Amino acid sequence: MNLDSKIPEGPLSDKWDNHRFSSKLVNPANKRKYRVIVVGSGLAGGSAAATLAELGYNVDCFCYQDSPRRAHSIAAQGGINGAKNYQNDGDSIHRLFYDTVKGGDFRSREANVYRLAQVSTNIIDQCVAQGVPFAREYGGLLANRSFGGAQVSRTFYARGQTGQQLLLGAYSALSRQISTGQVKMHTRHEMLDLVVVDGHAKGIITRNLATGETKAWTADAVLLCTGGYGNVYYLSTNAIGCNVTATYRAYRRGAGFANPCFTQIHPTCIPVAGDHQSKLTLMSESLRNDGRVWVPKKAEDCGKNPNDIPEADRDYYLERKYPSFGNLAPRDISSRSAKEACDEGRGVGPGGRGVYLDFADAISRLGESVIRERYGNLFQMYERITGENAYQRPMRIYPAIHYTMGGLWVDYNLMTTIPGCFALGEANFSDHGANRLGASALMQGLSDGYFVAPYTIGNYLANSGAGTISPDSPEVKEVMESVRERVDQLTSSNGNRSARSYHKQLGQIMWEYAGMARNAPGLEKAIGEIQELRDDFNKNLLVPGTGSNLNAELERAGRVRDFIDFGELLCRDALERKESCGGHFREEYQTEDGEATRDDENFAHAAVWEYKGEGKTPARHKEELKYDNVKLAVRSYK
Amino acid sequence: MKLILRVWRQDGAEDEGRFETHQLDGVSEDSSFLEMLDQLNEQLLEEGTEPILFDHDCREGICGTCSLTINGLAHGPEDSTTTCQLHMRKFSDGETVTIEPFRARAFPIVRDLVVDRSAFDRITQAGGYITVRTGSAPDGNAIPVPKDDSDKAMDAAACIGCGACVASCKNASAMLFTSAKAGHLNLLPQGKAEKDKRVLAMVEEMDNSGFGNCRNYGECSAACPKDISLDYIAKLNRDHAAAKVRKIFT
Repeated sequence: MNLDSKIPEGPLSDKWDNHRFSSKLVNPANKRKYRVIVVGSGLAGGSAAATLAELGYNVDCFCYQDSPRRAHSIAAQGGINGAKNYQNDGDSIHRLFYDTVKGGDFRSREANVYRLAQVSTNIIDQCVAQGVPFAREYGGLLANRSFGGAQVSRTFYARGQTGQQLLLGAYSALSRQISTGQVKMHTRHEMLDLVVVDGHAKGIITRNLATGETKAWTADAVLLCTGGYGNVYYLSTNAIGCNVTATYRAYRRGAGFANPCFTQIHPTCIPVAGDHQSKLTLMSESLRNDGRVWVPKKAEDCGKNPNDIPEADRDYYLERKYPSFGNLAPRDISSRSAKEACDEGRGVGPGGRGVYLDFADAISRLGESVIRERYGNLFQMYERITGENAYQRPMRIYPAIHYTMGGLWVDYNLMTTIPGCFALGEANFSDHGANRLGASALMQGLSDGYFVAPYTIGNYLANSGAGTISPDSPEVKEVMESVRERVDQLTSSNGNRSARSYHKQLGQIMWEYAGMARNAPGLEKAIGEIQELRDDFNKNLLVPGTGSNLNAELERAGRVRDFIDFGELLCRDALERKESCGGHFREEYQTEDGEATRDDENFAHAAVWEYKGEGKTPARHKEELKYDNVKLAVRSYK
Repeated sequence: MKLILRVWRQDGAEDEGRFETHQLDGVSEDSSFLEMLDQLNEQLLEEGTEPILFDHDCREGICGTCSLTINGLAHGPEDSTTTCQLHMRKFSDGETVTIEPFRARAFPIVRDLVVDRSAFDRITQAGGYITVRTGSAPDGNAIPVPKDDSDKAMDAAACIGCGACVASCKNASAMLFTSAKAGHLNLLPQGKAEKDKRVLAMVEEMDNSGFGNCRNYGECSAACPKDISLDYIAKLNRDHAAAKVRKIFT
């Protein structure tokens, strides 16, 4: 597997400029000869489709939702980072770069992260011009707030709905291109396979979810902007439809999959209430700006009304353990600390899996109206779900799977190991290393879509030349046949267990053995259990109805089938990475006081998995990570 | 909890459709309305019946995918709440709950409770944007926006495009949806240049899509999970009238 990262020459700050200059351009008159497929319409896909169409390419954009405006980027709450230094508090491109590399526990690629920090400022400008209603100060200028893992205020936000507003911005740009005909939008379409001809990505096979029709689409390049794989855990903050199928199918066709074990657990979610639970709800991390996290010092206090527990009997454990970052410690550290407190029997709420996030101090300091203005919608959401009023009683929170840093391996051009197949946004692995900082996912999705891929794809197309193949060619038909077979196999499943029940069981295995803390015997056990689950799935799955119309059970069965295989890959990756870093915490590798121990000598690399065939063990390759501009250090937030 | 569920079933746009009644036991008060439907679907699977189809995705009240008219009310009885955020503690044990799709001529039924809301996308495509090519933006702070205007724009931009406004209006008017998008963009200095063109195009597309006329009943705003105000409809009417007048004289 060729893992040439194609990092441009020159000093860090000049690499992107140099690269843009040395990239080939496609003549404006020739752009219309090219067709590009964009799968996914979230921040990465929506912005890429709109921008490529503005440039003059013909774009086909696909999403499984009924409208491109509903992609799950919409649920991001807190904000988007931009190194504007409007607050005059010492921010700079270099500081955002450094914070991101350090936050990622030194497992990301320097050059990519630096470029991300560079274009972060353009993103803010672009979004403001589109009419994104960012929060403003009374003078009419943009407001900022601080976020976990940073000591400057560089986060731009639109109340607690920043993802929604940025997505609606990208959706509006996309809508403009749809109206001109430059983008053909295909909603309720799910990508089921990638077409690779002579080693190049040349198209995709989709299923129209409303009519059941499978169809081949061909193009000169394919962009996978299909998000992360958090739903492999069944319960996560992802939307119900989020799935790994597009990227997993690309992996099976030859794209390397990097660092699947790097998953992020978000510290502030509403705890699980019962067995009926279908998803977990995030409470924005921005709440930690004003909320204080604590648990009772004594286990016997856990059942008490929190307001009756005196100050002296409370353990503000983040402030105690990490005095300089306090409640704003990064996500992985905050999550693990919550788990530790609950493991010690000091957790609160159902099952003892919860900690308090308390706003009493902030309310007495700033007044309830200020807190309402900042977080009103979040408090409202909390009350709807739990029936509790967080102005009067501390919130209960617990960590949940939220984001996945791993993804398809891409080079500096965001191209996977299959030429012509690009991966953008959460679907790729490039920028966040082993842990993502808050307010950086939106930044990366939009960076890839608005400002990176439109340049790098031009270079690929200019070098490869226009050459869309016919959807009737034998190579395409062959892939199409295999997709139809797979769908037929699922629809003829006549067992007695629903796809949901398999998904739930898979999630329990993953959360137990590959969740917040992992160890070798557990991961080996998980792999065995997943293999048994797959056998059971193949024998006893039940899918009602046919494949010729809207059939939610069939959709779910296909996604769960890929999640089962992918879950095994994730566990394998976690087993092989014999160190603790970022979101990947191996119990065998920790200091005496429970902090993660990285092994830079043996694991300062991205692990890239190559598919070797059904039932065969995949091969693990490495991209060594070189740090010329930052010094590898123990990540300390004390 | 035990519930009697009267659910609308319809095989496709051309099918006549019918109500089906099911009994569901052991529903947790802490489960959401959609989790209750998940439970019903598992039961139907066991009984050998095809599960009920309904649209849903984020399940945290922001994507606008879930719909459902519950006991005659779009998104059910709780104020300012989407169906996915409605929890079963708002219902009582033994209650009969009637579940229907969002009904409107412009929202044809796909299957069961799933409707086609692509008309909303077409209204946005007609003018719900500010024309700004990627890369051509000035510095973010080059355009100060008075906080009050920005806040009002944000209030309108909070629309999730679910269609409850249409489903609750007896004329199935899309004025609240259209006015929220137009209001958001028209209130901002960035959106001023295309204001007239925007409102004329969006309203024309809305009329062409088969939505009814607005008669200021106000049901839309009452049903809106994001509390979009009727003020935006008034503003759209003003902006539209002014644009028409200006068009005559230019």
